[in-house]
Amino acid sequence: MKTTRRFFLKSSGLAMAGFAAAPSFLVRTAFAQSSASREKDRPIVIAIFQRGAADGISMVVPFGDKNYYSVRPQIAIPAPAAADAESAIDLDGFFGLHPAMSALKPIYDERHLAIVHAAGSPSNTRSHFDAQDYMEAGTPGNKGVTDGWMNRYMQANPDRDATPFRGVAFSANMPRSLIGSAPAVAMTRIADFGVRAGVASNEVAKAFEAMYGGDNTGKETFEAVKMLKQSNPQRFAPENGAEYPTSGYGQALLQIVQLIKADIGLQVAFADIGGWDTHANQGNARGQMANRLRELAQGLAALYRDLGDRARSVIVVTMTEFGRAIRQNGSGGTDHGHASALFVMGGPVRGGKVYGKWPGLAPEQLYESRDLALTTDFRDVFAEILVKHMRATDIERVFPGFKPGPGLQVL
Amino acid sequence: MKRKAIFAQVLLVASLLSASAGPSQTLSTYQINHLLNRIAFGPRPGDIERVQQMGVEKYIDRQLHPERIDDLSVEAKLASLDSLKMSIPDILNGYPAAGEIARQLGLRNSQDAGPQNNQTSRQQLQNYYRENGLKSPQRLLQDLQSQKIIRAVSSERQLQEVMTDFWFNHFNVFWGKGADRWLTTDYEMNAIRPHVLGKFKDLVMATAQSPAMLFYLDNAQSSAPDAQNPALARVTRRQQTRQRRPLFGGTGAIGRGQQGLADRLKKRQPGINENYARELMELHTMGVDGGYTQKDVQEVARAFTGWTIDQPRRSGRFVFRDWMHDKGEKLVLGQKVAAGGIKEGEEVIDILVHQPSTARFISTKLVRRFVSDEPPQALVDRVASVYAKTDGDIPEMLRTIFTSPEFESPDAYRQKTKSPLELVASALRALDAETDGSPRLAQNIARMGQPLYQYQPPTGFPDRASQWISSGSLIERLNFGVALAANNIPGTTVELSRFAPGTTSAEAAVDRAVEILLAGNVSSQTRSILEDQVRSSDEPALTKAFALVLGSPEFQKR
Repeated sequence: MKTTRRFFLKSSGLAMAGFAAAPSFLVRTAFAQSSASREKDRPIVIAIFQRGAADGISMVVPFGDKNYYSVRPQIAIPAPAAADAESAIDLDGFFGLHPAMSALKPIYDERHLAIVHAAGSPSNTRSHFDAQDYMEAGTPGNKGVTDGWMNRYMQANPDRDATPFRGVAFSANMPRSLIGSAPAVAMTRIADFGVRAGVASNEVAKAFEAMYGGDNTGKETFEAVKMLKQSNPQRFAPENGAEYPTSGYGQALLQIVQLIKADIGLQVAFADIGGWDTHANQGNARGQMANRLRELAQGLAALYRDLGDRARSVIVVTMTEFGRAIRQNGSGGTDHGHASALFVMGGPVRGGKVYGKWPGLAPEQLYESRDLALTTDFRDVFAEILVKHMRATDIERVFPGFKPGPGLQVL
Repeated sequence: MKRKAIFAQVLLVASLLSASAGPSQTLSTYQINHLLNRIAFGPRPGDIERVQQMGVEKYIDRQLHPERIDDLSVEAKLASLDSLKMSIPDILNGYPAAGEIARQLGLRNSQDAGPQNNQTSRQQLQNYYRENGLKSPQRLLQDLQSQKIIRAVSSERQLQEVMTDFWFNHFNVFWGKGADRWLTTDYEMNAIRPHVLGKFKDLVMATAQSPAMLFYLDNAQSSAPDAQNPALARVTRRQQTRQRRPLFGGTGAIGRGQQGLADRLKKRQPGINENYARELMELHTMGVDGGYTQKDVQEVARAFTGWTIDQPRRSGRFVFRDWMHDKGEKLVLGQKVAAGGIKEGEEVIDILVHQPSTARFISTKLVRRFVSDEPPQALVDRVASVYAKTDGDIPEMLRTIFTSPEFESPDAYRQKTKSPLELVASALRALDAETDGSPRLAQNIARMGQPLYQYQPPTGFPDRASQWISSGSLIERLNFGVALAANNIPGTTVELSRFAPGTTSAEAAVDRAVEILLAGNVSSQTRSILEDQVRSSDEPALTKAFALVLGSPEFQKR
């Protein structure tokens, strides 16, 4: 944490002691004041999908809700207790972070991490596949849409100076969120992204480029290969003491930041992290889910630290297809539910707060008598990010059929 | 999507196809090539002529009855993959997890001990494996992957292999989930493989009772909310009389006494687990819009309570445990399921496989696999009616597809994008490559986006072009072709010179590569690019020509 603060100081000129305690508008001003190039101010959004339906009330624990402990006798997270690594980390006297997510607490305290609880997709499906598809399409309940919301953002906001790296997913297959007519790149490792044919590499690459000249994926691929070779993003080692998880997810975040530092036009990025389908042996402060949460949080924290001053133009948002049933099941786990929680992190975020109306956990407050009710449509959060941060002008094109509400003022 | 169809160069090819398909019985090279790209993993040298001679009808008929095809040569190639024929208990004993051995050797805290000690611990572990004739569980995955690749490349029973891949993916389990590392081999060999060309219901039943599925979708832990574990009662009694005999166990129970067992049993609050019940309806039978409700999911879950695994880390057998079973009446899709123990689950499966939505869902998936990413509705309807008439007879459904006009239509030609497995297998087959199925091929396939046996969600890999084509995976496909043609894949060899003895000219090299890999069928654009590139190269013409054609847009299609 010290490293980070020192880093902020360099650009903001604010006193270190005052920084953590500074009201959020001041912190944001600190970001804004830094004299950086125009390129560095290109707004960026990074979406992270927690695949498998993450249990919102274990991530962000409603310890203040009197019903929480009765529905989860074995897998509840204990209410905050001083100097105890096994209990929730108090956020506001009602909600607490899962103890495995402690890496995020400093960012919350610096007011650059916000949480939206009881958020998610209004669709009532409890199918992973359908729910993920709906969320990535940005059209819950409508299967007739073939492209994804991130791609539609790029379509609706054409950029004459766009590079092949405007939209990037770090995964072997193109995620639904980025599928569509706007160019996007999916890859797993920057180091492997090029034709490998020994001394003949350039020549063979040229041949393939000619063969795929009439094909969009092909054209984008070879443009991207050339650009990557020139800018060599791998030269950027993590800064400010950032330590990324060694997993695919952690390495995806590391590489996203490398692309950001290389200034090659990245605007929308996507990564995912699996293992949330905790039907059995979910665990509590420790165990299966705790391990996933630790990885999730350490990755987010590393990304934020590594970005340093650049975080002022970056927003990270998490999503998961639905939450989990409120009552634990017969296997020390939880079955498919409805609403969950999501995180919004970054320079422009009005963090340090848990947003959203809390629907309560009393039996009559539950959705279909079993799940956390939904009070915030994920599209309201995404729309706010796209409009205020990404300067989206036609939000109805990004989320067809959806009229955004007043928003939660997370930014 | 407005975007130009990926790799779209099929129009010209399509016109060739329709022009050559006359009214006569003799099918053209194009048509047989098409057939072999769909019901097999592509043609080997000479296959097209062989099928032409045999007649297409007979070829299809033989493939639908794999037991009539001699396949001893592929069995010989699999002989060194020890685990394939082993029982679950033998696998559990022979492939223990490193953690178990570390515990036995007292290496529990190696993580805190620093790199030097870690090195020593690893060495100790490796020694222990070697001295006791044991292997690491990772070898089980390698064996599975190798056999899949070897069979796809070399088996004469090609349709059986295509269908094994299809049904495993339909009833997907994830090798990496806990006990499934030791159970997935049995799953493919005994639950999937024997039924891939049988009745659909048998597949559902076999997977429902398979330890791998019971573990993967958690049904093994699903019980009536008021279930009383007799073992807990026994342990508690014993504790009360203060007898403290250690509980000897094999793997899994090491070092844990009765107190641990009692704690673990008490911790479990009994109750149903909906995971399997939901996926059984959504993914295995009716489809997500098949017409079931959340209530149906719960009722089906109740019917399957007690379907579990006997000692998952020791015997790993399916068992029905009456004490876990929910004894109440169930109402599934409006039908009453009378209390009947294990019979209830069987009855539920019977109800599910007889739903019209199941017939439609299964037919749609089959037509998507064999005909087009956008399955023609008329064909789906015909296949669904065959399903209904034949009680879900898979060969009859397939025959309907293979002999349909939709299957032979120019619209279907090279419409499907090969999955990474299909790409690799078809390349090796076309070049008559020798392979020992070494892990490198599985790594290649994984990097193209298809980690075999390691797809975590129960949906299985989506069977659509958009799943497989991205910049990253395209690069990997190109690199695979380059490596294969240059003989740079350990464990796999090709001998290109045999296809064109003495060839040195660019035109001849390109001709041969196009002939061997694409049955001579390539767009004029690709051909002229190929010739230009090969001509202007210092590389051996043959190697470069084959590398480029393996990476061509046409070869990514089937």
